[in-house]
Amino acid sequence: MLPFFSPDRDPGPDFAVLARNAGLLAAAPAGPVDHLGVTHATTVVAFRIAGGVVMAGDRRATAGHLISHRDMEKVYPADRYSGVAIAGAAGPAMEMVRLFQLQLEHYEKVEGRSLSLEGKANQLAGMVRGHLPMAMQGLAVVPLFAGYDLARAQGRLFQYDVTGGRYEETNYAATGSGSIFASTVVKLGYREDLSADDAVDLALSALFQAADEDSATGGPDPVRGIYPIVATIDASGFTRVDDAHVAARFEAMLPTLSAATGAPAPSVGKGSR
Amino acid sequence: MSMPFYVAPEQMMKDRADFARKGIARGRSLVAVVCPTGILICAENPSNTLHKVSEIYDRIGFAGVGKFNEFDQLRIAGIRHADLKGFAYSREDVEARSLANAYAQMLGQIFTHEMKPMEVEILVAEVGRDREGDELYHILYDGTVVDERRFVVLGGEAETISGRVAEGYDSELTVPAAIRLAVAALAGPDRTLRGDDLEVALLERDAARRAFRRLEGSEVDAALDR
Repeated sequence: MLPFFSPDRDPGPDFAVLARNAGLLAAAPAGPVDHLGVTHATTVVAFRIAGGVVMAGDRRATAGHLISHRDMEKVYPADRYSGVAIAGAAGPAMEMVRLFQLQLEHYEKVEGRSLSLEGKANQLAGMVRGHLPMAMQGLAVVPLFAGYDLARAQGRLFQYDVTGGRYEETNYAATGSGSIFASTVVKLGYREDLSADDAVDLALSALFQAADEDSATGGPDPVRGIYPIVATIDASGFTRVDDAHVAARFEAMLPTLSAATGAPAPSVGKGSR
Repeated sequence: MSMPFYVAPEQMMKDRADFARKGIARGRSLVAVVCPTGILICAENPSNTLHKVSEIYDRIGFAGVGKFNEFDQLRIAGIRHADLKGFAYSREDVEARSLANAYAQMLGQIFTHEMKPMEVEILVAEVGRDREGDELYHILYDGTVVDERRFVVLGGEAETISGRVAEGYDSELTVPAAIRLAVAALAGPDRTLRGDDLEVALLERDAARRAFRRLEGSEVDAALDR
């Protein structure tokens, strides 16, 4: 049956209200669920570069001390000009991303125009705030939101806390268990005029160092060919950097990374045989 | 106490249908044409902001003629229906056929039970990966659904315009040729229409996900001037 509403009950362009009315959104659990071995997603970073932003995330998901997934995706396009990266309870986080993507698309189709970047950031803040009852039971989700602001012609990024607090950051932001290490690396290597390749390198080394210190963050995995997800968002929209390119950049970084440990340089890929 | 006059059901249906048809005939018409690149929808619409043609879902488009507020209400209900279904199941489970049926139910219900029928005719179009996958559903004010193949015309002068489209239709039309055919059919022999008078959109067959794209006035003019 078609969802028809009388004018006073019309939900407007808000998809979440529709989904809730249709009983498609789960209610918060009545008690804590930490003991159930909930899957958690970890470290994601974002930083501003000339003409846009870079977002990156590791691929590991953990349940307690176990690794539950090695190739999880934590960086998603939210719409054409923005992206969202997640840390926290993996199930609710992916559900939040799916709902957020649909919210933006639904708004765009109903209203005939996209929300402003600010509007999108606020929309996500509302969703994180609405998620608080879940967070209280151990299912916290803390996203990062970044995008290209068409009106200001620049990249912008936003960090959140579990209560839905929205903080716009000027240069970089990170969230998740390895975020302290990742953001320190970004902070030390950050320049506003990073080239595209330097930006990928900085994101990779941030995630590498986070994985080196935090057991819940996964490092690059040349054995399985699993590398962090890196995406750029600029005037041409959201673009995921090709896996092969990320792998090549990582390989090129290896000597520097090894030299810092004082160990003899290992070699990966073609050079190792 | 006064007794209401008895009106035969045949008469009542006829009156309602006449009323709806009269309302629809007051507006401008619309043409949709299937071509190798996709499905082209071309409406005569001088407004740049009040759309007759719009996106419903990844590969599904909507178009309406008649009373704007009524078909716009149907458009939004269609987007809600599709987005809810895609959220509850999966994106590939959203299809034009079930949406067309939902519209038909709704319009049929309103036609018989409400004070007045809706003065609209709508089109639900889904572009397939190949020509066999294309679907065009033309839904009338009383809930009648017509499944069309090569092209469809909506509006008061549908018969005359259909005749003109049928004359020039060819299954291998390029997009600019399809625009020229649709515009010539809408304008007729005595008028000329330009990009500003038209609303043109294309459901692109090769699109990765969202197939709906609006064509700018300048793009339409370029096609018309060729």
